[in-house]
Amino acid sequence: MPAEPGALALPEMDVPAAPTRRALRLPRFPLAVIGLFVLAAVVAPLLGLPDPHAQSLRDRFKPPGWEEAGSWKHPLGTDRLGRDLLSRIVWGSRVSLAAGVVTVLAASAFGAAVGLTAGYYGGRVDAVLMRVTDATMSFPVILLALILAVTVGPSFTNVVTAIAVILWARYARVIRGQVLTLVQLDFVAQARIAGAGAWRIITRHLLPNTFGTLLVLVTLQIGYVIIVEASLSFLGAGIPPPTPAWGSMIAEGRDVVTRAWWVSLFPGLAILLVVLAFNLLGDWLRDTFDPKLRQL
Amino acid sequence: MSALLEVSALTKHFPVRRGLLGRSTEAVRAVDGVSFTLEAGTTFGLVGESGCGKTTTSKLVLGLERPTSGTIRFQGEEVGALDRAQRRGYRRAVQAVFQDPYASLDPRMRVGAIIAEPLVINERLDRSARRRRVLELLDLVSLPARAADLYPHEFSGGQRQRVAIARALALSPRLVVLDEPVSALDVSIRAQILNLLRELQERLGVSYLFIAHDLAAVAHMSHTIAVMYLGQIVESGPAEAVALAPRHPYTQALFAAALPIDVDAPRPEVPLAGEVPSPLRPPAGCRFHPRCPHVMPVCATDPPALRPHAGRDVACHLY
Amino acid sequence: MSRPPASRPVIDVRDLRTHIVTRWGTVKAVDGVSFTVDEGETLGLVGESGSGKSMTCLSLLRLVPRPAARILGGQVRLDGEDLLTKSEAEMRAIRGRRIAMILQDPMSSLNPVFSIGMQLREPIALYHRLRGHALAARAAELLAAVRIPSPVERLRAFPHQLSGGMRQRVVGAMAIAAPPRLLIADEPTTSLDLTIQSQYLGLLEELQERHRLALVFVTHNLGIVARICDRVAVMYAGRIVEMGPVRRLFTRPAHPYSRALLESIPRLGRRTGRLTAIEGQPPDLARLPAGCAFAPRCPSVMERCRVEAPPETVVEAGHVTRCWLETPGIAAPVAGAPPA
Repeated sequence: MPAEPGALALPEMDVPAAPTRRALRLPRFPLAVIGLFVLAAVVAPLLGLPDPHAQSLRDRFKPPGWEEAGSWKHPLGTDRLGRDLLSRIVWGSRVSLAAGVVTVLAASAFGAAVGLTAGYYGGRVDAVLMRVTDATMSFPVILLALILAVTVGPSFTNVVTAIAVILWARYARVIRGQVLTLVQLDFVAQARIAGAGAWRIITRHLLPNTFGTLLVLVTLQIGYVIIVEASLSFLGAGIPPPTPAWGSMIAEGRDVVTRAWWVSLFPGLAILLVVLAFNLLGDWLRDTFDPKLRQL
Repeated sequence: MSALLEVSALTKHFPVRRGLLGRSTEAVRAVDGVSFTLEAGTTFGLVGESGCGKTTTSKLVLGLERPTSGTIRFQGEEVGALDRAQRRGYRRAVQAVFQDPYASLDPRMRVGAIIAEPLVINERLDRSARRRRVLELLDLVSLPARAADLYPHEFSGGQRQRVAIARALALSPRLVVLDEPVSALDVSIRAQILNLLRELQERLGVSYLFIAHDLAAVAHMSHTIAVMYLGQIVESGPAEAVALAPRHPYTQALFAAALPIDVDAPRPEVPLAGEVPSPLRPPAGCRFHPRCPHVMPVCATDPPALRPHAGRDVACHLY
Repeated sequence: MSRPPASRPVIDVRDLRTHIVTRWGTVKAVDGVSFTVDEGETLGLVGESGSGKSMTCLSLLRLVPRPAARILGGQVRLDGEDLLTKSEAEMRAIRGRRIAMILQDPMSSLNPVFSIGMQLREPIALYHRLRGHALAARAAELLAAVRIPSPVERLRAFPHQLSGGMRQRVVGAMAIAAPPRLLIADEPTTSLDLTIQSQYLGLLEELQERHRLALVFVTHNLGIVARICDRVAVMYAGRIVEMGPVRRLFTRPAHPYSRALLESIPRLGRRTGRLTAIEGQPPDLARLPAGCAFAPRCPSVMERCRVEAPPETVVEAGHVTRCWLETPGIAAPVAGAPPA
């Protein structure tokens, strides 16, 4: 039942139109690089590249196309078994990116859940969860992956599991810290006063307010995971051959690094570019989401 | 008029420093034996400086904290003895508006959803009924209907407080706790919000527990005022009596410190020595005695009881 | 150092302009502000958030947050010397020594990891070249001057061991260490309890008396202005809309904003039904309307107000305002005439 016009004798408030914001200046370099690799990874089968597994002893250690002895049939050269490097790098990006994304998603989902619970309930729940988190954080990832590789055998699943099982702890820590601050704010008290239970407060109020932090963390961590995966593959505890993986490609070129430098260099460059791009993107996201900067 | 809220010997101690075996060695006596009555349809003003316990009292009334001892009776029923379903009913009947208009609204929710939240949690209305109620509430606080689709950051401080008030009224509560509702707002906006609150009280018959440090605002809005010091009520009674002719030395000092805008107003200087003592170790006897300009020997040993005098209740050995 | 003649004001600000570039446009935070303060005089600077009062103070000290904010023009004469033409090195010598500022939050004004004594010694050593025993003695003297009990013991205390009121006094002690010619106090009592506030204001008056300070007191609390200020300047949207002696402005305000402000504040002893509220919202500084910034909310607005911003006119000696209603030659239309 709407109020009669005279009843409250207060003129209707004029709500200002939303202030027009200057368009956000997106970070072009990181997005371009990531876009390129993601695209390449997704449409790899359609690119008409030589089969990454096709060996040709005749073509082994061919240098990149611009070198004297090289040819544009293999623009980045070939490896020990004559396999085309460019093709292997493109196919390898599938592995790296998939590993990065899946691991980070799994770790962040679990870690955020732990952090939200610990931060909201506090007290003993918090203490117990944080001790578990601390213990997890101190366990070396590589060691765990090696153990898994030795006992169960190296595989994509093992890599993802090994990393995720330890990575979640970082998310838990950060999200818990943020939740501790959020929980002090009045709107949480208001939700309680309105009768909201723990589930509603956590999912409806706390979680959405941590999205910004989560996004930044996730982006920064993908780079880290890619490096860990590459390291594991380098050590032979990661993705097993013959699947092309940047880390194992670097390992394969280790012995011939002076003669056939391209075999290790290009996969290394790929790792460098992708990780750098993710880190830059993460930095940009963090700067954009920082509330203090948002004011001005 | 029946008493809506009756608080008796309400006490809240926060334990500090637990020993290895979990023993608490000291306690912050935030609220120590507070009793008052709030009549339906009126405004009860609670004033005092930092550490006096007014915020803790409001949290106890809201059910955000559980009392260490003492009782709260709402509409005759003891709140502590309510079962789950009845507690829900209490929650609906007692709502709050807080000081900070920037922290009391979830920045990630639209205003319509914020106002509707109590309805979503407590009532089984369908979407359109909820929407109607939200528009009704927006109209009550003089915000346009399109405000429901906007986010909090698109509003000014005063408008956000209106949203907070609309939300507080969603469940048609009997009592709204107003904890410094206008202190964070610009001076020119305060009058608007205070007027709105009064109109709503006249219209809806809702009662207020009004906590503020702006004494003139409290005096303007309240029917009854209680003055707290270090967890206890030192004076309470009708607003005019307490504000214009305070009897307790602390109240006198407090209201003398509330600087009037009137340039020619008499300014009785009531000097108070020292600082407010810590609620961890309040002084013995009358808690105010170390700073009181009229201190007597009995004040250091016997805590005075809250007794009627000159039309209000005062806790002071002078009377 | 010879004292300047008392006939010249300590601080003489003329047409000060400071703009801030924000994501939503350029904000004219300080838009042609002029005022003077004499020795021993207290000027109250009153306004709400966004009025420009804090930015004005920062502009006096040339401490506006760069690069977004810039002082565009005007003059700020301290004892006759224009501060806006000085180099940064010269300004550093002036800050703290000849102009001091007290801020609202004493906890962030004091460094939590250093004792009070150490923090006090810094300005004293800087301004008076004292060392060792003499330095410590002077520090204790300063604490005593701001009426802190047991000053010698207190020198060893840390900020968190003191109450809010005490901390604010320590900040005050640091501010008068030089002592300066001009003291700017930006809402120093807002975070203090009421009874402590009274004590503190009394202290400020005493310090001003003793050192013949020019005092600029920024606040939104008109009660404080009535208590300790001699003159008051009311700011709105970056401009001073009215300025004059406190008694005059409070009893016969010339500008509709000042008038509305005074009427909207609840007063003890006057239990009226409704407060006279000011309609509308504080202005969006990035999108100010043409003409007078207060026009959208003014109960006495005229057509002219929306088109052109009024110039400063003299109501009486020492009392100025910016309002078309007070400008001679402008007749108020019958509808919308101000209440008598």
